[in-house]
Amino acid sequence: MLDQTTVTADGRTIGGVLMDMRGITLRFGGVEAIKDISFDIREGEIRAIIGPNGAGKSSMLNVISGFYHPQDGEVWFRGERRPAMKPYQVARLGIARTFQNIALFEGMTVLDNIMTGRLTQMKSGMLAQAIWRGKAEKEEVANREKVEQIIDFLEIQAIRKTPVGRLPYGLKKRVELARALAAEPKLLLLDEPMAGMNVEEKEDMSRFILDVNDEFGTTIALIEHDMGVVMDISDRVVVMDYGRKIGDGTPDEVRGNQEVIDAYLGVAHD
Amino acid sequence: MSADFLYGIEVIINGLMAGVLYALVALGFVLIFKASGIFNYAQGVMALFAALTLVGIMEGQVPFAHLLNAIFGTDIHHFGWEVPALLAIFLTVLVMVAFAWAVQHFVFRHLVGQEPIILFMATIGLAYFLEGVGDLMWGSDIKTIALGLPQGGSFWVEDMTASLGGDDFYGFFIDKLDMVATVVAIVLVISLIAFAQYTKQGRAMRAVADDHQAALSVGISLNYIWVLVWSLAGIVAMVAGIMWGAKSGVQFSLSLIALKALPVLMLGGFTSIPGAIVGGLIIGVGEKLFEYTIGAPFLGGATENWFAYMLALIFLVFRPQGLFGERIIERV
Amino acid sequence: MLYREAGDFKTSYEADNQTFPIAFDRYRYWVVLAVAFLVIPFMINDYWANAIFVPFLIYAIAAIGLNILTGYCGQVSLGTGGFMAVGAYACYKLMTAFPDTSIVIHIVLAGGITAAVGTAFGLPSLRIKGFYLAVATLAAQFFLVWLFNKVSWFYNYSASGQINAPERFVAGFAVTGPNTAPAAQYLICLVFLTLCALIARNLTRGTIGRSWMAIRDMDIAAEIIGVNPLKAKLTAFAVSSFFIGISGALFFAVYLGAVEVGEAFGIQKSFLVLFMIIIGGLGSIFGSLAGAAFLILFPVAWKVLAVDLLGWPTDLVVHQQFMLIGALIMFFLIKEPHGLAQLWRLAKEKLRLWPFPY
Repeated sequence: MLDQTTVTADGRTIGGVLMDMRGITLRFGGVEAIKDISFDIREGEIRAIIGPNGAGKSSMLNVISGFYHPQDGEVWFRGERRPAMKPYQVARLGIARTFQNIALFEGMTVLDNIMTGRLTQMKSGMLAQAIWRGKAEKEEVANREKVEQIIDFLEIQAIRKTPVGRLPYGLKKRVELARALAAEPKLLLLDEPMAGMNVEEKEDMSRFILDVNDEFGTTIALIEHDMGVVMDISDRVVVMDYGRKIGDGTPDEVRGNQEVIDAYLGVAHD
Repeated sequence: MSADFLYGIEVIINGLMAGVLYALVALGFVLIFKASGIFNYAQGVMALFAALTLVGIMEGQVPFAHLLNAIFGTDIHHFGWEVPALLAIFLTVLVMVAFAWAVQHFVFRHLVGQEPIILFMATIGLAYFLEGVGDLMWGSDIKTIALGLPQGGSFWVEDMTASLGGDDFYGFFIDKLDMVATVVAIVLVISLIAFAQYTKQGRAMRAVADDHQAALSVGISLNYIWVLVWSLAGIVAMVAGIMWGAKSGVQFSLSLIALKALPVLMLGGFTSIPGAIVGGLIIGVGEKLFEYTIGAPFLGGATENWFAYMLALIFLVFRPQGLFGERIIERV
Repeated sequence: MLYREAGDFKTSYEADNQTFPIAFDRYRYWVVLAVAFLVIPFMINDYWANAIFVPFLIYAIAAIGLNILTGYCGQVSLGTGGFMAVGAYACYKLMTAFPDTSIVIHIVLAGGITAAVGTAFGLPSLRIKGFYLAVATLAAQFFLVWLFNKVSWFYNYSASGQINAPERFVAGFAVTGPNTAPAAQYLICLVFLTLCALIARNLTRGTIGRSWMAIRDMDIAAEIIGVNPLKAKLTAFAVSSFFIGISGALFFAVYLGAVEVGEAFGIQKSFLVLFMIIIGGLGSIFGSLAGAAFLILFPVAWKVLAVDLLGWPTDLVVHQQFMLIGALIMFFLIKEPHGLAQLWRLAKEKLRLWPFPY
């Protein structure tokens, strides 16, 4: 029943379950960061994870990208149970992400940063690269073309050869998105893509996220604090608080959920 | 008890004594690292420099005599007086404080906020610089420290312990100098801890070690604290330099022996004074025992050259946080 | 001719990827190569070869090697001297065991053996980071030197404990042994340097170079976007040690001819090469060459000035060199952490706009 496709109001097709988190529990020493959480992400949708600070949202993203290994629970991806994996292996499955505190390679140019995102697609061996002429150069050029498409798409042509360290914050966020997109991911994880942005930059970023989803059909899971943005662009929302899941559903359903309102507005303890 | 076993014990005791000296050098590293995050490779050369300066002052050498002679064609070497040991030590302390100020003022003040590895490489440069200056100031010939420290094996210990073994055992051979060094090291550590615990400067030092910005915000001058810790490290280096220098002469190899303090720190952790001491003792005992049981009989000897580093390397692979460090949770 | 990129349009990604995107740079590169290969060999004499050119070429190879590991991949190593010793002793064993094979093959194989040893010592880098790793590489330095000192198999049981390079020929010219012409010494080192620099350039501009730099800049993020840290670090150690091994082999066989391990490959060598890449520029092939040239030329120039012109005693000048090099290292780290290569780049950027900087 989960495999049936649905069509959203704006005409996009949402497919079957792409990623299924089942009973995830994550502990650091004695602290339970995530307590027995289950939710799924369906193909083609924009799925938001929200919650107050310290709710465990970033930890959840880290579990999905294989950086943390949960003590309990199963991660299912594309209909198969994913065994415990190193983060780089997860990346090769087609899961890319951006980071809350920008994690670009500051010593490299914008172009090199984005090209690094295509690493998972590039196959030529060390010997071929040492010789360069021939196989390695061809591969480089073919991948460069893909990267240039992404550069055009995100409108960052002018800063191609600029070292990332010199860029302003908003552009860095965009380059980071470009680097994640370069991997042509099945699932794109965005950790607070709009944190610290002004209204105009947020509008740009929202447009890019919607376009990515629309044009490439990329499934997106994002953490965001700006409720307006979340309610506008996401198809379904998971709400977390103190490591527990307290709500899950469409933006409208979640908005009406009493527990969610309590978590956000506080509740009188008697 | 068999003689072999007793000789083994003697090796351990001597290892402990050597370990105390390693710990002494390591202590200087810890002081600077805690307060400023600088991993001071030059600590060993500071010990050499301090010892050279002490000897130079005591013998009444003219600093930079060779250089001056070369430039001006003069032929001066000595002032013609001799300085008493205590006064010379005091003057050396002053030189080390001046050095601390200069290092902070001319080098590390300009490197605040740089990556640790850049700071580390800067201290390698500092080590070269200081070595060159030390040799230019006082000449590079091997010198002996005439502080009147007791030398040679202690007959008293030998006589007292000879009865432990059979006829093949002649008692423990323990260098008197090592015994003095151990006592001095213990006194030094206790006074450092007392300084850190009970004085205003000590509290400020600990505050800086905890959190630079918080310390700044309550009105502690970082610059002042850094000069202070470099001075303290300089004094610790001087003590280490005197002990090592009395043992094997004041010469270039002093700065290499001090390199052994690095694996000591890797075992003990960079921020822990007890760690430095325990690490020093482990390395000291470990390398002597290894040489005694495996190195000399099977590997051709001189394994002390590398044993400490290998031990630290293997140890770190299994416990990257050191002996006393807490497990690191990596974050994105 | 003006130094310009305006009007020099790139119409393909190949053209945009080339090493010297500005035409003027390309011409200069070919001129330098032509002079190095066609002019210098006919002018070189014993003094210039031994004091400047041959050590420069050999250290440049080592500096490229260390720069790959430290400058590109961010793993500081203080074991360079030990790895050069591996190259030297491997080359010696191969030369004496297979006297009929070409010395060129021996040198390349010595590089390969060093790569294997370097990779083994690189394994801890997966768990140990930063200066912990730097100190751990000291284990390689001291252990390897001790090994070549103690195990007499490595020096074929010679009484002196030294290794001596037997005479070998390339294309009819002696390149090792006492009868080697300075031009032959120079040329074989030049060929190796040119190839090493080319390979290093190719590796650093492609996928593998980017994964090294990603590990250097932010290892956790690199792993999450798909860089295998094990592979990236170990290939960096392997490639780096390969070059360092070649330089060690050349240092022994072509330059010195006879080597005692503690003297030739002590910890001072490790520092010297590290200084070369700091002064030259971390993460730059050109910087490796510039740094090697600077640290070879500087002591020679200082010696000429102080000993030959001012008549100062030699030991005094040695101490001054120590002091000045130490001071220079600190100066560069403070003023220009990216080294000579960055100064050069800034100069070129100015030149590109000259004479109308606005």
